[in-house]
Formats: sequence, structure tokens, C-alpha cells
Amino acid sequence: MSILTFDFMRRALLAAVLMGLAAPAVGTFIVQRRLALLGDGIGHVALTGVAFGLLTSTSPILTAVIVSVFGAIAIELLRSRGRTGGDVALALLFYGGIAGGVLLTNLAPGGDTGSLLSYLFGSISSVSSRDLYVVAGLAVAVVAVIAIFGRELFLLCQDEEVARASGLPVRFLSLLLAVTAALTVVVAMRVVGLLLVSALMVVPVAAAQQLTRGFRTTVGVAMVFGVLSAVGGLYAGYQRDLSPGPAIVLIALALFVVAVAGRSLIRTLGVRPGPGMLRRARANGRGARHPRHESTTPASARSDAEATSR
Amino acid sequence: MTPRKPPVFAMTGGEARLDGRLVLRGVDLRVPAGEVLAVLGANGSGKSTLVRALLGLIPLSGGRTEIYGVPAARFRDWRRIGYVPQRLTVGGGVPATVREIVSSGRVARQSRLRPASRADRAAVDRALAAVGLAGHGHHSAHQLSGGEHQRVLIARALAGEPDAFVMDEPTSGVDAASQAALAGTLRALIGQGRTVVLVAHELGTLEPLITRCIVLDDGRVAHDGAPPKPVGEHALPGHDHVHPHGPAVPDGGPLGTWDRT
Repeated sequence: MSILTFDFMRRALLAAVLMGLAAPAVGTFIVQRRLALLGDGIGHVALTGVAFGLLTSTSPILTAVIVSVFGAIAIELLRSRGRTGGDVALALLFYGGIAGGVLLTNLAPGGDTGSLLSYLFGSISSVSSRDLYVVAGLAVAVVAVIAIFGRELFLLCQDEEVARASGLPVRFLSLLLAVTAALTVVVAMRVVGLLLVSALMVVPVAAAQQLTRGFRTTVGVAMVFGVLSAVGGLYAGYQRDLSPGPAIVLIALALFVVAVAGRSLIRTLGVRPGPGMLRRARANGRGARHPRHESTTPASARSDAEATSR
Repeated sequence: MTPRKPPVFAMTGGEARLDGRLVLRGVDLRVPAGEVLAVLGANGSGKSTLVRALLGLIPLSGGRTEIYGVPAARFRDWRRIGYVPQRLTVGGGVPATVREIVSSGRVARQSRLRPASRADRAAVDRALAAVGLAGHGHHSAHQLSGGEHQRVLIARALAGEPDAFVMDEPTSGVDAASQAALAGTLRALIGQGRTVVLVAHELGTLEPLITRCIVLDDGRVAHDGAPPKPVGEHALPGHDHVHPHGPAVPDGGPLGTWDRT
């Protein structure tokens, strides 16, 4: 492919694949924990980190790592402390992050907010080889955390109290997940941009869970969707000279629509999942695979299932 | 070995607040090993708060509570405890198979870097069989009815092979088949000498298995001893105690179904 003849394209492609793997892997846990907006919050805070790098003429990626890790810890602490003010606290960080980012950039020598644009929406050509080393290191760290702590994080995200009553270090794991999300945001920042980072953590997961029955398979399918979107969006961006971030996110959304359509197709043709599936499977022998058997569900069993699903 | 085994749970003068409101008002409770204790009471009487405080999930604002003789905050031997929460806390949109959820009950016994061992898988198989879900491990938990879901949560606690179980409303909103499965599971546990603390609105089919009952009233223990005889409508001959209760209002509804004696 001619796309690979350019050094910067090879670097961007590698960064995109790493991002496509890391973001949905972390995202599955974040979505399960009902923290889908966490990535957005960290993304906004990371902007201040980028601006700090521009101001001090150090690597914006490194300053973004530091500031977004602190931001993630702050968000997690606010979340676990107060149960009421959590969303307001998140909002404060959102606005503080954006305002801080713009203000610091204005203060930078010769800095105008235009230089922030490539961080907000991603930019292929700006991935330097030093950036790539940092991104690759972070991506490996993120995937390693998921591989090593996945079992514990799964229980944490299922039910925090059960996790505590199972002896898991709940506070440590919560902070670990938040910090891992922060690293993921920085991994994705160069390619997809800070304002759209969270989409890569949420949309492939939403698409995958249309088609899967298990958590592990959801993580796997979401990572496949993540890589497909990242590489596809990057290629489209290269071909048509578009910003890669929006192209990547739109491809992820298109995959979501296809997955929803695929799910309803599967449902019409085969298994029709619903409450009380096991009981129906038993009542009907193995015939629960046909929707027409639905009508044979005893009315009492059905009203019970409906009563309890409230 | 110490000459006298400490009780599984021991609370002295337990006081707890939720959002500033005093929910437990001086509860003294000792649960020796092997006991099958039912915690009854009207909605809002503090049943859930009591069992969560016993586990140290809610910090006490007064008094103290110990698990196996260790203050709850410092207790570390969690593999001895199996907690079955109220079903409504199961959330999040990501699918998980029945087997994945039940396997997560082994986490206190596993090391981080090693994959699930043969013993882990065997324990999960036993737990699934014990609640009547053998062969259904590959189903998505989202497709289950309320009663089936409850059995999955019980199987998760069983998979950890603990000595003591704490179950919060395991029978609420559960269909007759699942109630029967639950009674069978409990009977087997009691036969093995395990300790069970369970919160219930009413005992129903579980009544013969219970060795001791406490009834909470406004955060205080109003009755402690044998299961009290039901009165009123519930005591009428044709009343069979199987009607399901919606889990929508955990402990906040104005009316309880427990008729106080």
C-alpha cells in the first residue's frame, strides 16, 4: 500500500492500532461501571496538560500524562466520597480543564489557540517518533493492567460492595482503573483528539455488546471494532485529507449501527433472548430457539418475570 | 487453636446512619457458627443496613462489630464470607455470562497472575449445579428472569466456598421454582454446618430451615428467638406465602409485609 511509504503514516498507523486496542479494552470496564463520561472528563483535563507542555516547551504528551493522571485521581476521589455532588464535580473539572488549557496556551511564547486544534481533533502528520515510543509504552501498560487485574476489575465493576466483601482492595482498584483510563486518553490523544477520545472507549463497546453474551467476548469484539475504526478512519483521512479523529469516530458509529441491525437480524432468525429464558428452554424442551414458542410460556411465569424486572 | 471459637458476627451497641438518619439504634447481635438466622422486619426497619454493617460495608457511627473475632474494618480473611447482595445492585450494560459472574466469586482465592485452576472450575461447576443452573453457564445473565438471576448471585457466593453466608432478600420477587431451588441449596449448606444470615420479608418455604429469628423495628431488635407465628391474613389456612414482592423499593416503602407480633 502506498500509504505505508510515508514515515509519518507508518507511525500514525501504529499509533492508531495501539489506540484501537487499548481504548475499548479499558472502555468495557468503564461502561460496566457506568462511568462512560469519565474519558471525556479526563480528556478535558488533559488539555491543560498539553497547554502546560506548550508553555514550558516540554513534550505535551508527557505533561498531558502527568496532568490527566492527577485529574483521573481527583475524579475518582470525588466520585467515591460524595454520592450527590459527583456529576457537578466532574463538570467543574471539564470546564477547568478547557479554560486552563486555552489560557495557558495564550500565555505561551507565540502561542495561539490554533496549536491546540491538532490536540483537540487529532492530527496524523504530527505524530513524531518520540511520541510513538511514549504511546506504545502507555498502550502496553494499559493492556497489561487489564490482563493482570481483569478478574478483579470485573467484580469491582459488577458490584463494588461484593468486591469489598470478597476482600478486594477496592480503593486501589478504582484508582488503578481511573489512572489506566487517563493513560488511554493520552494514547488516543494524538490520533483521535481529546474531544473525541471518549468515543473510542465507549462506541466500540456499545457496538460489541449488541452481538455478545459474555464480558470477555465483549472486550475482544470491542477491540476488533476499535482497530477497524482506527485504521479505517486513518486511511479515509489520508485519502481525502480529512481530520482522522472525526473519521474514526464516524466509522465506529457506523459499526454500531451495523451491529444493532445484525442483532435484530439474529433475533428474528434465531434465539430470542428475554427474561426467563432458561425456564422457557426447559418448558419447551430445546424448542426455545423459535419465537413462536413464546406463546407457550405460562402466563404466571411471565407475569412474575415482568414483576421482577421492574 | 483457641479454646473457644469466636462467633461469626458479633455486634455490640451497633449504631449506623444513612444520609444523617439514624437507621440502627443500638443493636446487640451474636451469630455463632452453624446458626441459620433470619432478619425480619418492615421496609425501612434497617434489615439491609444491619447485614451490610455486619460485613463492614457501612461504617458504624457507634458501637462495634467483629467478624470471626476481628473488628470488621481490619478483617482480612474474606474467603470465609460469602455475600449475596440485593439483586437491584447488579448493573451496567455490558453483558456477562452466568459462568463469568459465578467465577468471579472465586476471586478471593485466586492469585493475579495464574489463570483459573481445575479446582476453580470444579467449584464453579458445583455452585452452578447447587442452584439448578448446571449446563446454563454460557447464557447471558441479561436473559435471565429475576429468580434465575438471584440464583446466579447465590452461586457466585457458593463458588468461593465460604463458611458463612450473608444473603440480602434472597427470596424477594422470586418465582416458586427458584424459591424451591433456594430452599434446597440452603438445606444442603445447613447440612454442612455453614452459617447463614438472611434478610427476608417473610420466611415462606424457608421457615423450617431457620434456627433463629430477629425482627427489627425502627433500627432496634424487637424480637429475638424462634420464628414468630405470623398473624392476620398471613396466618389464614389457605395462605401459602409464595406471592412475589417487587424489588423496586428496597427498604424505603411505607408499608411492610411483615405483620409484627
